[in-house]
Amino acid sequence: MHRGKGMKFVGDSRVKANNRMVNMPKDYSEYPGKTEAFWPDFLLKEWMVGAVFLIGYLLLTVAHPSPLEGPADPTNASYIPLPDWYFLFLYQLLKYTYASGPYNIVGAIIIPGLTIGALLLMPFLDKGPERRPSKRPLPTAFMLLALASMIYLTWESVVNHDWEAAAKQGEIKEEVDIEIDETAEGYLIFTGEQGKSCIACHGADMQGGGAAPALVGNELTAEEVAEVIKNGRGAMPAGQFAGTDEELQILAEFIASLKAEE
Amino acid sequence: MLNKIYDWVDERLDITPIWRDIADHEVPEHVNPAHHFSAFVYCFGGLTFFVTVIQILSGMFLTMYYVPDVENAWKSVYYLQNEVAFGEIVRGMHHWGASLVIVMMFLHTLRVFFTGSYKKPRELNWIVGVLIFCVMLGLGFTGYLLPWDMKALFATKVGIEIAASVPFIGELIKVLLAGDATIIGAQTLTRFFAIHVFFLPAALFALLAAHFIMIRRQGISGPL
Repeated sequence: MHRGKGMKFVGDSRVKANNRMVNMPKDYSEYPGKTEAFWPDFLLKEWMVGAVFLIGYLLLTVAHPSPLEGPADPTNASYIPLPDWYFLFLYQLLKYTYASGPYNIVGAIIIPGLTIGALLLMPFLDKGPERRPSKRPLPTAFMLLALASMIYLTWESVVNHDWEAAAKQGEIKEEVDIEIDETAEGYLIFTGEQGKSCIACHGADMQGGGAAPALVGNELTAEEVAEVIKNGRGAMPAGQFAGTDEELQILAEFIASLKAEE
Repeated sequence: MLNKIYDWVDERLDITPIWRDIADHEVPEHVNPAHHFSAFVYCFGGLTFFVTVIQILSGMFLTMYYVPDVENAWKSVYYLQNEVAFGEIVRGMHHWGASLVIVMMFLHTLRVFFTGSYKKPRELNWIVGVLIFCVMLGLGFTGYLLPWDMKALFATKVGIEIAASVPFIGELIKVLLAGDATIIGAQTLTRFFAIHVFFLPAALFALLAAHFIMIRRQGISGPL
């Protein structure tokens, strides 16, 4: 080869076509070792690897449908965010004392920036001619350290996350479309003086909010509703209703009547 | 017949050298898993490209249904997932492909690192490869918002806050990405869509072309 600056590359394709038939690779004996023509021999083998990979990929797709949570609601202040899994190590890094709060810049910019910068400039940091990992201990050690920290941080992030709560907070809530009879006696009690603390959490539209579930579309009987109103449940304290027992009965029956149609 | 067409075109455009540059070359023994099984580590780059092609194709089909708008984005994804024939498969491939491409690219990076293949004369190709890595992470980050569900919105809020903590230009980056200094909303969604579908893929194609041209010029690095 006489072109260029006399550089010699492995597997160079820029070979003059002299003495070669069109589309015929060079004779294998001209290369050391058992070389193989890229087209079509090697590409076919690569495709076999690709096909096996594709089968695994499709099985994954079929076995695990891609997740979709409820529509984005910026007003929900209680949602605990989580990035996609390959950013988890960064997310975890930002939880440590000297990488968060006043030191946020360390965890968010300096450490990732240095890592990416070092990776980008690797050829100029490690200039020696040695290629074997064992012959260049520093780059190898740094890479293994980075790898170990990424695995450790991802692991820590996964075990410290409440996956059940995460699944619950993202659930797609069925839209309950129930007409509320606003002239009903029960609704008047709910919106009246007696029900002030009901509205505070469950809302005048009875759709609930950040702190309380929706009342429409509940699955309770009137007795159970009355029980909950009297004694509370979960985050709901007991004795919030300020009306009489008769009013409570009417209210419980009204709430229990707000069922989703089958 | 095909040969005649080939000859007709070749007579006018001399395409044989192009063909030779793309496909007509020898694959050395040390990267061929048929000869040394451990050479499967040399497959990771090709598999990354394979998944990238699948991402491009599945993404093209997803945009046939997806609507980049706060009112309809989630609904269009829900519809695609639950009503459209094979919609679940196409979205599933794009979703899992996004993870697989990161995994394969990471393994490819490790292979190149531990075989010392970034050394002279391949410094430039290593740099282009790291830039491809960054573009891929950007694609993952912007694509995560597009279904406009709860996890998407809140993860993006955190991500943009991190971007905003960059000294001096943080606020500018935030406004550039989110479209507003305080709101993560309608503007953010359309911007992320544009970045995910036009800007980053354009950058990716240019970088991939550079990556492949350099590989063809320099050949694969020799055995250790």
